[in-house]
Formats: sequence, C-alpha cells, structure tokens
Amino acid sequence: MTLKARYARDAIIQIVMVLLTALVVIPLFIIIGYVVINGISALNMDFFTQELGSPARAMRGRPTGLVHSITGTIVIDLVALVMAVPFGIATGIMMSEYQEHPLSPVARLMTSTLNGMPAVLMGLLAYGLVVKNTGGFSALAGSVALAFVMIPIIARTTESVLRVTPWGLREAGLSLGIPRWKVTTSLVLPAARAGVVTGILIAFARAAGEAAPLLLTSFGNNYFSLDMTRPMDTLPQRLYSLAISPYKQWHAMGWGGAIILLLFVMITFLVGRLVIRRMERQMEQ
Amino acid sequence: MVETNNLLPARYRGPGDRVFKTVIVLFSSVIILLAIGTALVIYLEARPTFRAFGYWNFLTETTWDPVAAVHGALPFIIGTLLTSFAALALAVVPALGVAIFTTEYAPWWIAQIINYTVDLLAAIPSVVIGLWGIFNFAPMMRERFYTPIYNWAYEDAEWLVPIIGAPSTYNFVTATIILALMIVPYTVALSRDAIGQVPREQREAAWALGATRWEVMRKAVLPYARTGIVAGILLSLARALGETMAVAMLIGNSNRVPFTLFGPAATMPSVIINEFREAVETLHYSSIMAVGFYLFIVTISINLLASYVQQKLSITKGGL
Amino acid sequence: MSIRATEQRETAAGEIVGAGGAATGVAATGGNGFYPNGRPVKKIDGTTVRMETEGLTVRYGVSTFGIQDVSMPVFDRSVTALIGPSGCGKSTFLRALNRMHDLGVDIEVTGAAILDGENIYEPQVDAVTIRRRIGMVFQKPTPFPTKSIYENVCAGLRLVGMRRKNVLDEAVEKALTDAALWDEVKDRLRSPGGSLSGGQQQRLCIARALAVEPEVLLMDEPTSSLDPNATMRIEQLIQQLKEQVTIVIVTHNMQQAARVSDYTAFFYVGEMVEISRTQQIFSSPREERTQEYLSGTFS
Repeated sequence: MTLKARYARDAIIQIVMVLLTALVVIPLFIIIGYVVINGISALNMDFFTQELGSPARAMRGRPTGLVHSITGTIVIDLVALVMAVPFGIATGIMMSEYQEHPLSPVARLMTSTLNGMPAVLMGLLAYGLVVKNTGGFSALAGSVALAFVMIPIIARTTESVLRVTPWGLREAGLSLGIPRWKVTTSLVLPAARAGVVTGILIAFARAAGEAAPLLLTSFGNNYFSLDMTRPMDTLPQRLYSLAISPYKQWHAMGWGGAIILLLFVMITFLVGRLVIRRMERQMEQ
Repeated sequence: MVETNNLLPARYRGPGDRVFKTVIVLFSSVIILLAIGTALVIYLEARPTFRAFGYWNFLTETTWDPVAAVHGALPFIIGTLLTSFAALALAVVPALGVAIFTTEYAPWWIAQIINYTVDLLAAIPSVVIGLWGIFNFAPMMRERFYTPIYNWAYEDAEWLVPIIGAPSTYNFVTATIILALMIVPYTVALSRDAIGQVPREQREAAWALGATRWEVMRKAVLPYARTGIVAGILLSLARALGETMAVAMLIGNSNRVPFTLFGPAATMPSVIINEFREAVETLHYSSIMAVGFYLFIVTISINLLASYVQQKLSITKGGL
Repeated sequence: MSIRATEQRETAAGEIVGAGGAATGVAATGGNGFYPNGRPVKKIDGTTVRMETEGLTVRYGVSTFGIQDVSMPVFDRSVTALIGPSGCGKSTFLRALNRMHDLGVDIEVTGAAILDGENIYEPQVDAVTIRRRIGMVFQKPTPFPTKSIYENVCAGLRLVGMRRKNVLDEAVEKALTDAALWDEVKDRLRSPGGSLSGGQQQRLCIARALAVEPEVLLMDEPTSSLDPNATMRIEQLIQQLKEQVTIVIVTHNMQQAARVSDYTAFFYVGEMVEISRTQQIFSSPREERTQEYLSGTFS
C-alpha cells in the first residue's frame, strides 16, 4: 500500500468517525429541542400552583398543574437521600480506607453489581419489604426504593474520590500519631469533600429521574399530599402516567413536566461536572 | 509542650478506632444485605409461581395468560435478549467511533464538548426519552418507514411479511433503536476509559514506526484496550437488559410469540412495569416477581462476567 | 567504629552500662542509664542506642521480600543515613520503624523494632502512640490541603484534642522556629499551607512533625523534590535538629548522606549490607558490595 493510499484511508476513516459521532450526538439535541418546544407552553402559573385532579378538570379547561408531583419528588427524594447517605459513604470508606478488611472486596463486588442492576428490581424489593408489610403503597416505600438506588452510586463515587486524594495525606496524618479514624474523618474526608458532595448530587439526580421503582412503591396520586404513609406523586412516574393517558391536555402537561425534570437533571449534572473538574485541578497542585 | 505530653496518651488509647471501624463495618454491610436481600425477597415473593409451574417450565412456557392463570416467562426472556443484543449491535460501532474520534482525532476542545454531550445523553431520564418516543419518534418511524416497507414487502417480497409483521406504532424495532440510543453513552464512556488507559509509549512506538493515525489506533491502541472495551460492552449489555421505562412505553407489550419486527413485543422489565399494578391474583403477582427474579439472575451474571473481564484487564496491566 | 548487625547482637549484652537500680521514668536521653520501661540503656562503643531492629523482615504479598532480616542500631541524637540503589528496601525499612506498614494490604512484618528497650511490634503497643514518638517526613511535601499554615503545624495536637490556645500558639511558634520557617511565615499563619514554595512546604511538614515532639524523626528522601537552595536549607536544619531528636534519613544522594549523617547504612536487594560511621563507610567500606556501589560499579 502506498503512503498516499494509507493517508487516504486515514482521511476516510476520520470522516466515518465524524459521521458516527454526529449520529450519536444529534439525537440529544433533537430530544431536548422537542421537549422544550412542546413543553414550554404548558409551563404557566397553574402548572406550578395547581394539583392535577381528575381528567375532567383538564378536559373542561379548569386549572390543573403538577405542583403535587414537584413537591412529592422533592420530599420522596430528600428522604431517600437522608436514608442513603450514611450507608453509601460508609461503604465508600470501607472500600477505599479499609482495603485490608475482608469485607472490603465483598463490598466492592456488591457495589459494582448493584450499580449495574435495573432500578425496577429495587422497586420490587421495596415492594416486598415495605409495601407488603405496611399494607399499602406509600411515599415512604418510594423513598426506600430510591435509597436502594442511591446507595451503590454514592458508595462508588465516594470510593473513587477518596482514592484520588493523595496517599501521602494519610501517611502524614498517621506519622503525627493521629488515630486512623481521625485521619479519615478530619483529613481525608474534608480533602475529598467536594467530590463526595458531587457523588451525592449525582446519585440524587439519577434517582430523581427514576420512574420504575416509584411506580411499584409510591404509586402516584392525582392530588396533593405530604403524608409519607400514603401514596404520593412524583414527576417521573407522573410523566409515564400522562404519556400513556388518552387525554391531549395531559400530554401537553407531560411535556411541561419533562422540561422541569430535564432541567433539574441537567443542572445537577453540570454542577457535578464542574465540581469534579475543580477538585481534580486542586489535587494536581 | 511538656504538659501536653502527659495529657495525650490516654486519648490515643481511646476506643475511637474500634468504634469507627465497627460503624463502618455495620453500615457497609448494608450493601451486601441489599444485594442478597434483593435476590431473597424477590425469590420468596415468586415462590407460588415456582411451586405451580416449576423453575424450568416457567422459563420455557410461552403462554402468559393471567385470566387462565397460566404463566410462562419465555416471551419476555426472548424479548429482552433480542432487543438487548440488537440494541448492542446497533450501539457498538457508533460508540467506538465516538470514543476513537474523541481520544485520537478531535482537537481537545471539540472532544470536550462531545464528551459532555454524550454524558448528558446518559443523564436524560428514561421516561423523558420514552415520552419523546411515544409522541414523536414512534409515529414518525411508522409513517416514514414501517408502513412503506410493509407495503413494498406485501407487493414485491411476500416472504418478508411474516418476519416484519403488520406495522404498529409501538413495536420491536422502535424499542430497539431507542434502547441503542440509551446505552450508547455507557459504551462510549467505558471504551473511552479503556482507550485512555493505553500507555503513551504504546502509541509512540507505533508512531515511530511511521504509522498513520488509523494504523496507530488499529495496531497499537485497540489491541491494548481490547479487554477494557469488551468489559464495557458487557456492562452496556447489562444496562440494555435492565432498561425499563422507555422500552415499556415503546415496545407495545404483546406477549404473543413469535414476535415480528414491526409488531409489538415485550421484555422482562416492561412486563413488570405494565402489569404489576394490575396484578391482583396471587399467581399473577408472584409470576411477575418470578420474572423479576430471572431478570436479577441475568443481569447479575452479565455484571459478574464484566467484572471478571475487567479484573483480568487489571492483572495484565500490572504485568506489563 | 563499625557495627555488623550479627556481631552487634552478640556483643550487645556485654556493652550495657549501668545495670541495676530502679526505673525512674526519665527518657533515655536523660542519661541515668535506664529506658522509661526500666530496662537498662544499651550502648555500643559508649554511644547510646535509641532504636534498634532485630531480624526485621517485611514481606509484600506471599513471597516478595521488601527487606529481609535487618538488624541495626540507631544511635541517639545522631543522623543515620540509609543509602542504596532504588528498590533496595531502604524506604521499606524506614516505614517499618514507625509501623507505617500497618495500613498496607498484604504486607507482613516480622522481627522486632525496639524503641527505648520496647518492641514497637508487641501486640499491646499502640501504633498510634508509637507514631507520635516517631515522626515522619515524606518525599513529597504533604501539607494538609484544607488547612492553614497554623492548622497544619498544630494538626497533630489538635486532632487528638488539644484545645488550649496558648499551648497551641506556643507549640506552633516553637515548631516553626525549630524548622527555620517562623520568620518567613509568622505574618501569614492563616494562609493555606499550599501557598508556600516547595522548600517551605517541606519545612512546614518538618514543623508539623516536630510539633508533637517526637523522639525520633524519620525522613524519606525529604529533599528529592526540592531545588538545590531549598535542599541546602533542609540539610542545615537537619544538622540543628539532631541536637534534640534522633534522625533517620533515606537518601538517594550519596553526597547528601556524606554531608548530613553521622552513621550510614548501605542497603542492597532487601538486605542491610553494612552500617558504619559515615566517614568510615565512604573512605574504607568493609564490604565489597558497598565499595562497588559507592564507586559506581553498579547502581
């Protein structure tokens, strides 16, 4: 093969790569574009202040909205976060700081396994554990299911950010005669704080987009409720219900809800990215 | 300073380390309980089904009829495997293309933008993609492609008709394409990592031999990153097997096998979502749990396989 | 004077001075002949032995030896340099001296490291207490990134519960003065430790180690990431510090060993080949391998 032919092949392959990249990237903009175009008109005052109610409300043009889904998402996700954080961080510490402990490799295997497990199974688990034993669908069961989803994510990100903190930090602390647990809590965790927080944020965003486990646990509710022991509405699960409903007015509201969900997830994502970037730069210094 | 000396040793011998370690051990055991508990709870809930049909018969039975109280998981298993492998086949080449383009060809700022975009694609909630699929993608595909192709086949290639089937809006092909779109970011990210781990010396050695960019890629980089890419593809497969909402919204939910390309189908996660809330009879409920149990087995096997492959990768890395 | 590890073990008993009498609890450096635990102070050729190792062996994994059967003394208030080609185990040995290997996965330490007559590897000995008595300075400066200069220096005190401000202030000033850094940073004690230059950071780490008043200071190639000027400051500092503390320093730079140390131990493939007074080992080493290394035949 002549040099010219080899260069030609190189150029052709580059064009193919560009085309393949476009094929992957373009759908993203199509999806975002459609969501924004279709949903923007649904975002009015009522959307943020009214509850959904029965389909008749929308069909008769009475004010309806998704405020109950938004508050429900916030409540269920925050409760889940509070439940998940201690376990996630402890597992991260186990995997990164106690590598000699026999539990450490087991925890790592379980974390990677759970990270690859479909969230719908966490819904089935929470159903079997909470819904069945408490006698009904409830927001609490939804929080438990989401906590199950969050724990392995928090554990994994905590482990990886703890691992990028310089090993010398631990040695320096230990060589001063600081006990190991103090080294972990007062030196290593603060140094990795930004990363740990980002991991929590990422887990929160991931769980906030999950509909499957919530359909099986918090069930959904057309009306406003803040009672953790009763069904509560959430955005992702509501989007599903609206999308498969036969009412045109509800479809429009679905697009509006999609904007909110997308906005939330993307902002969290961007913030997370920025924080991790900054932390990496800090560690290089 | 002298006084601190007398003051400190008592604190050093304090129980802090033991207490902290105990707390960490207790809290991190939860993740192990979680993995085992998932299997156990779902299994216990599924027991009536296994008792009624047997483990193997449930797996191979093609009828799923809650009214007649006959339950078999085969249609969903076939649906899951077919959609996942087809989606993977669609996703791998573009994903490798993106990974190679961003690591080797693109200027760093373009690579940065593409990486951001692809990661953002991974962050879009499944249900939003499902929404878009229901109202835009699926109707468009039916109008532009499925119906014309079906009409053409009906006239000129009748042997194709039983394979492609009568076009419905929510069908196998739509779900597969969406599924491919959803796993592509994972495949990109994981192959990007694998390619990024190739030592610079490997590349430079190939450059020094007078290789073009593509030759460097093919002769030095890709062979080195192979194990990592395979592990990444396996992990993407596990994602595809478990992907729930978008598929449940777009596959049409039919458990009548054989499936056709343009006809509705179902997967294990989709049947759980679509029937769980209506499952009032014990046997129906426990059968859905049994489907969940097999889904657990399938995804955990693929995940373990992937971490095994990755482990092998890290060993070779240490050996080099 | 030269001390072969094996000979030293045999002769040790005969050279103990000041046998008998009650324990006073005063540190060995007090010179009354007893370690705090009541055991008589050991001397070799009239020089007090502050630390010594007996058959110290570190294994990585199942079979790989880090160091094998190292027995050597560390003399009180002197500088002992550990030299040898990279990978010879000198850093591994140094880390074994304050139980730094406790943290590692799959690392096994056997043998004894004796500080003031007490084996620090005895099960009842608290590693944390030991590390406070045996401080360490690392290859790369490791200031705590989230803490100020002041907080860095008193980290060791504060993290174990010392709160009294006057004690902390005093300790910080003393440690920074000892580390020859006080004049440069006294006006900006609240700025982050990372804002200092590399050489200053390393002196900050030395101050941090000194603040807890260690008896022995281990230094693992403390100047390898510094420029010549900063290196010179650290070397001067080491000369001053040995008045108060016993120093063991790992260095890959033989000139440095010759400049700063009183004793030099040569390590080769996991073994301690020879320990002698520095001027002796550089002028007339006893072992052929030492000679070859010093003359550059192998590295």
